[in-house]
Amino acid sequence: MRVLVVIPCYNEEKNIISVIKDIKTYAPEADIVVVDDASTDKTVIVAKNEGAKVLKLPFNLGPGGALQTGFKYAISKNYDFIVRIDGDGQHDPRYIKNLLLPVIKGEVDMTIGSRFLGETRYKIPVFRKIGMSIFAWITSKILKQKITDTTSGFRAFNKKIACFFVNSYYPSDYPDADVLINLHLTGFRIKEIPVTMYGGNKTIHSGIMPLYYIFKMCLSILATLLRRI
Amino acid sequence: MPLKQKIFALVISICFILFVIELVRRKKVEEEYTWLWILTGCIIMFLVIDFDFLLWLTHFIGAVAPTSTLFFGGIFFLLLLNIQFSIKISSLSRQLRILAQENALLKGEIEELKIK
Repeated sequence: MRVLVVIPCYNEEKNIISVIKDIKTYAPEADIVVVDDASTDKTVIVAKNEGAKVLKLPFNLGPGGALQTGFKYAISKNYDFIVRIDGDGQHDPRYIKNLLLPVIKGEVDMTIGSRFLGETRYKIPVFRKIGMSIFAWITSKILKQKITDTTSGFRAFNKKIACFFVNSYYPSDYPDADVLINLHLTGFRIKEIPVTMYGGNKTIHSGIMPLYYIFKMCLSILATLLRRI
Repeated sequence: MPLKQKIFALVISICFILFVIELVRRKKVEEEYTWLWILTGCIIMFLVIDFDFLLWLTHFIGAVAPTSTLFFGGIFFLLLLNIQFSIKISSLSRQLRILAQENALLKGEIEELKIK
């Protein structure tokens, strides 16, 4: 049973050391790959010094592109299970085993770490919380199960899902609710696990990006549903 | 605005938006390139429904006929579209150059490894 932790990174030289150290502490049996999305700081050097395998993208592909690169690596090296964790320290690696267990047991194909089932150790802005609630509600209605955190990047899944992400459409920017809906409609089983999350520094939160995110997610969900008709 | 004209313009703008959504559904176009198209379709619909706003806008920009405002809007939309494509083409050209260079460097490393 081989586990790979995929960490997409963009300019995370300050946070990546503690993320890698914590993963080694709480999931010592897992291998780690850092997918560097053309960082302009010392992320690559720092990650390599901590003993992680680093895949350096030649230019910025966005979170989706970087993640897909990690998934392709996992498939090429025959990993059985993949954990996705952000490089900004938002996700607590001590929950990796909790996320992996239902997937390893075969109960589900993917688990999502939900900050709303667990603990959120930072204040989420009101408008962002409203947006997250709306997309969680839409996803819950379509999946016919309660999903509370569609934007959580803290996920564990099996090789079948990794192959699906690599062979079918995977968003280049924000793989969130639309991906979950696509997985469900394809027949994959999903479950949420409570986790603790800390404040991150995602670019999606700044400027007009929240507006673009809402537009893009609505259109993507609509297109995903229409493809199944 | 005559009712026939209103209905025709509404049908065209709705069909346009549906066409854009269909392109996304068929994965012919990425979502990030559709915002301008969908926004334009929505603006056309709004101007048809609220013709008084079009008259106000015509007066505001100093035009004489509402059709002048529409033509101006159409030309401005095409300008924005071209700027968006120019930005994307520039980015793609840069990325292609990087890929070509990395490809050449990797080939060189493979040749060296073969010799060793």
